[in-house]
Amino acid sequence: MVAGQEVVRFLFQRIALGALVIVFASALTFFFVNLAPGGPASVMRFDVTAEQREALIKRMGLDKPVTQRYVEWVAGAVRGDFGTSLLTDEPVAQRISERLPNTLTLAGAALLLSITLGIPIGLIQALRRGSALDHFLSFFSAIGLAVPVFWLGIVLILVFAVSLRVLPSAGLTAIGDDTVLERIRHLILPTVVLATTILPTIVRFMRSAAIEVLQEDFIRTAQSKGLAPRVVVTRHVLRNALIPVVSAIGALVPRLLGGTVVTESVFNLPGMGRLALDAAVGRDYPLVIGLTVVGAMIAVATTVIVDIAYTRIDPRVRLA
Amino acid sequence: MTRVGFAAAAVLVAIALVAIVGPLLWTIPPEATNPAQGLAGASAAHPLGTDELGRDVLSRLMHGSRVTLLVGVAATLAALLIGVVVGAIAGFNGGWTDAFLMRFTDGMLAVPAFFFILVVITVLGSGIATLILVIGALSWMPVARVVYGETLRWKTAEFVVAAISLGVPAPRLLVRHILPQAIPSLVVSATLGVAAAILTESALSYLGLGVQAPFPSWGNMLQRAQIYVFTAPVLALYPGLAITVVVLAFNFLGDGLRDALDPRRRR
Repeated sequence: MVAGQEVVRFLFQRIALGALVIVFASALTFFFVNLAPGGPASVMRFDVTAEQREALIKRMGLDKPVTQRYVEWVAGAVRGDFGTSLLTDEPVAQRISERLPNTLTLAGAALLLSITLGIPIGLIQALRRGSALDHFLSFFSAIGLAVPVFWLGIVLILVFAVSLRVLPSAGLTAIGDDTVLERIRHLILPTVVLATTILPTIVRFMRSAAIEVLQEDFIRTAQSKGLAPRVVVTRHVLRNALIPVVSAIGALVPRLLGGTVVTESVFNLPGMGRLALDAAVGRDYPLVIGLTVVGAMIAVATTVIVDIAYTRIDPRVRLA
Repeated sequence: MTRVGFAAAAVLVAIALVAIVGPLLWTIPPEATNPAQGLAGASAAHPLGTDELGRDVLSRLMHGSRVTLLVGVAATLAALLIGVVVGAIAGFNGGWTDAFLMRFTDGMLAVPAFFFILVVITVLGSGIATLILVIGALSWMPVARVVYGETLRWKTAEFVVAAISLGVPAPRLLVRHILPQAIPSLVVSATLGVAAAILTESALSYLGLGVQAPFPSWGNMLQRAQIYVFTAPVLALYPGLAITVVVLAFNFLGDGLRDALDPRRRR
């Protein structure tokens, strides 16, 4: 059971590292918000009466030193209490958890789409390197990297919702028709748009990783011993090329989460990203801090999952 | 450099010329409204038509290009400055400084940048100066890693060891002997960085957190255009195409420069 122990230790290390990242993200946002000019203290600039001002200061705890407030915030956060939203007076945790499922569905669908499209496309490009198809697909991913996400959203709305009238342009469901099918129909365009934030990068990584593997001696050996090309590609090229790609996918999750802000705004989806925008516009500090920390948690959780997938794909990876 | 790289450079020079000279020749002010002429199509007076307030789209595009290029380049310079300082100090000093600075860099990379950008804008408010600051402050990490790697690689090279034994002081050693080795990689990452910065700026301006109306930027033109997308779809076309072309050109130039400057990565 040595392997089992190693896996446990590996998992423990990864989770500890992830916890550190979350603490870092929370400290960074908390201290920035509280120490920068124009922070919560500026709420008091508005024409409020002296009593209201006192109440605000008390409620936000501004009469205490920042470090003490941070410690209290962390103590609350580990119990799931991220403070109270300034805009709606609801608990921050409640506002975020209402929106979380929509964002996780959207981001998960976009991630799935990017992986299932990106890996085969990159692999085909590497196998047909230098061909017209390779050049065409490379140009296509270059465009994908350059197109602003929100503009792609507007163009797709114009084509599919306005001209062709086949897909809805906004929202989560049609009014009075909250079926699974209707939800999926509403998710198609946002998923495609969000996927463009990471798909071209996955394609590029996969292409160059596969090209590298194709130059290895063991590929020539596999070919010369008469293995079917299909077996060489799936067993030898794909499996080895996936190793760097999988770790790159983990690093792309923060970018994917950032993309939800824009995507949810274009399609008016009630998710975390849209909530973050509302919080920023409304200067809702507790909500903004909570959202950034939850975003970091999602990114960290994905990284841990990716790390585990990593050890499955590459048995050589020492669990240390 | 590749032909694509040259073509991209030519496109960028042309766009920069339009940004500098264009507004001097096409003198309709970008903020001048004319509600009677709202959402007009192309005409001699307005070659690209007008927006919902009757403002000249061509003029707004040209003035918007100035903002886009300014924010893209200035934010990248800020990122270069921070990245070079952090990477060089970490790589050169080693030990605890190295550990602290590079773990800080890793931490910054793990924080979802766009959410943190929203945090900063919540506090500091929106505006061009904030945009430059916030984009620069959240995109220096790759630069720091590049410089860190190059500093580690070259600080044990013979010519550096020779310089140390001649008594060259540390700052001079870094600036004159080690950092010049990193210039090719920095030129490439700066070029690609401008592209990324422009995309971030346009997204923030689209969300209403960047350049504020009535001052035009390609991003905030699209924010207005989406409202009128059903009646005047061309309004949404021009700024989006402009962003795509500029970002594409910077990316192709960056790739071309990489091929030309970095023989190790040529393939």
